[in-house]
Amino acid sequence: MIYYLLAAGLLAVGMYAVLVKRNLIKIVMGMLIIEYAVNLMLILVAYRTGGQAPIVTEQMRVSPGPFVDPLPQALILTSIVIGLALVALMVTLCLRLYQRYGTLDTSHIRRLKG
Amino acid sequence: MDLTLAQLLPLFVAVPLLAAFLIPLVRRVHEQAAEGLSLVAGVALLVLCVQVWGRPAGTCHMGGWQPPFGINLILDGLSKLMVILIAVVSACVIVYALTYMKRYTARGPFYSLLMLMIAGMNGVVLSGDLFNLYVFLEIAAISSYALVAFGTQEEELEAAFKYLVLGGVASSLILFGIALLYSLTGTLNLAHMARILAGGEPNRLVFFVAALFLGGFGLKAALVPFHAWLPDAHPSAPAPISAMLSGLLIKALGVYALVRLFYNVLPLEGASTALIALGILSMVIGVFLAVGQWDFKRLLAYHSISQMGYVLLGIGLGTPLGLAGGLFHLVNHGVFKSLLFLCSGSVERSTGTRNLKELGGLWKPMPVTSATCSVASLSISGVPPFNGFWSKLIIIIATAQAATQLGPVAYVLAAVTVLVSFMTLVSFVKVQKYALFGALPERLARVREASTAMCLSLVLLAVLCIGLGVGSFWALPKLVHPARDAARDRVGYMERVLPAPEIERMVLAGGPADE
Repeated sequence: MIYYLLAAGLLAVGMYAVLVKRNLIKIVMGMLIIEYAVNLMLILVAYRTGGQAPIVTEQMRVSPGPFVDPLPQALILTSIVIGLALVALMVTLCLRLYQRYGTLDTSHIRRLKG
Repeated sequence: MDLTLAQLLPLFVAVPLLAAFLIPLVRRVHEQAAEGLSLVAGVALLVLCVQVWGRPAGTCHMGGWQPPFGINLILDGLSKLMVILIAVVSACVIVYALTYMKRYTARGPFYSLLMLMIAGMNGVVLSGDLFNLYVFLEIAAISSYALVAFGTQEEELEAAFKYLVLGGVASSLILFGIALLYSLTGTLNLAHMARILAGGEPNRLVFFVAALFLGGFGLKAALVPFHAWLPDAHPSAPAPISAMLSGLLIKALGVYALVRLFYNVLPLEGASTALIALGILSMVIGVFLAVGQWDFKRLLAYHSISQMGYVLLGIGLGTPLGLAGGLFHLVNHGVFKSLLFLCSGSVERSTGTRNLKELGGLWKPMPVTSATCSVASLSISGVPPFNGFWSKLIIIIATAQAATQLGPVAYVLAAVTVLVSFMTLVSFVKVQKYALFGALPERLARVREASTAMCLSLVLLAVLCIGLGVGSFWALPKLVHPARDAARDRVGYMERVLPAPEIERMVLAGGPADE
């Protein structure tokens, strides 16, 4: 249970950074933390107490114990790749924004309103 | 060539995906090849739609894995409606972009990203697997972030960053919900998930997951408490992309996913009230923010929020009539809002401004754009015989009829719906008056009509607006009612994908799994 709460706490930290921070790079870092928190959640969902890696070995044939659910591990591989694409795009946007505005402070990057 | 449905369904995703990755290659050979290839892909999608038009609902098991294992694609009434809407609007947008995008450099990446977005949306509406749906959603969303920033001017970059951050948070909420739902059911197949959830005792976690999905998909659909990104992102993109975003993306990624999950998968009682409340809120706040706008595209973007409120109200009512009205309005909004954004693109391209105060008298120099813009304005304001009138009428009647469940508050809601429709009319009378009628300003004396390809796609969409209005008695039973029935048929959705419970148990136990 404590691990689930820690994952939720990490999510909250990331949300805080995205919502409150005014520096673009810190917002990007907040997004990264949110992604990691969700990935961690997926891994935790798959964990079984005392479980071993889901690989069929001779050892496992001899003493079959509980093993962790392999599906979410495959899912987070996909999710990490998606996260990579998102972060690459986000950092590129930050670069271009810095070239245009000369600052990373969101309180100066506000042409749009209404 | 006679293909089975199982062979046709993967093509909906494969054709645009292949086109997206071929475009950078063929562009090395010939400059115009990107345009040609996108046009071919657009036409191919239309042909696929014709192919699946008359067929009954069916599934495709990717790689031959029997559900609940493996990934499956499902085509039922609801998916068919969305697939057809996506194919028709994207084809018009591609034709429009042929000349509109001439003034931009880097057209190769533009068409690649557009094709990726179409592939993602088709995947979202066809997928029968929750994680697969998420992956397709991200494909469509990430390409749309890049497309919003396509102009790389200050405003576009700022809007794209805002859109990206909020979209990324929405995706994380959705993935969090998926993780919890997987821990609850141990499966990702939507139909299998629905059966397990329906069989088990009610669980509080389901409500939490529903809240996460409402937040996540609500952000994608720009419902009112989550709408802040839309009025920046949609106007900042090039006009064809604005049309795609407002006409298709918020529907395929937001509303379709909400309908599928809340009607077919999650067993919930209280969701209806939440959807109605969000719908009414979006409707009213969207239209009030729209009335004061002087930027043509920004005004349209606020109206998108408002019109999505109508769709959500109809869907939230959940009665057969309300759901049919909501889905019909979804189709109609897809057609007339993409037409309006394309018109605004023509106006901006010819005159160089989007400010309504600087425009005027465009009826004379730009007759086709003005005529189609008027058709779309009348449709969105709900003037009979145009398509928006019928769907709004159905939603209003359904809201009033809901008095049996909701009590007298339903009449208030129906009155609000009529009022919002009137406000929409006021706001579009303003557009007509300032942009199309009046005296032509000196500065715009040499304005010319948009190119032939652009006019062609405007006229096609305008004909659809009138056709869906006059032919609503045909479109409703052919298109909308199958979609409504598919959405309301929870058991049918399970049985379409899964074998009967006894066989399933045998398969899971490792028994005879041969077909």
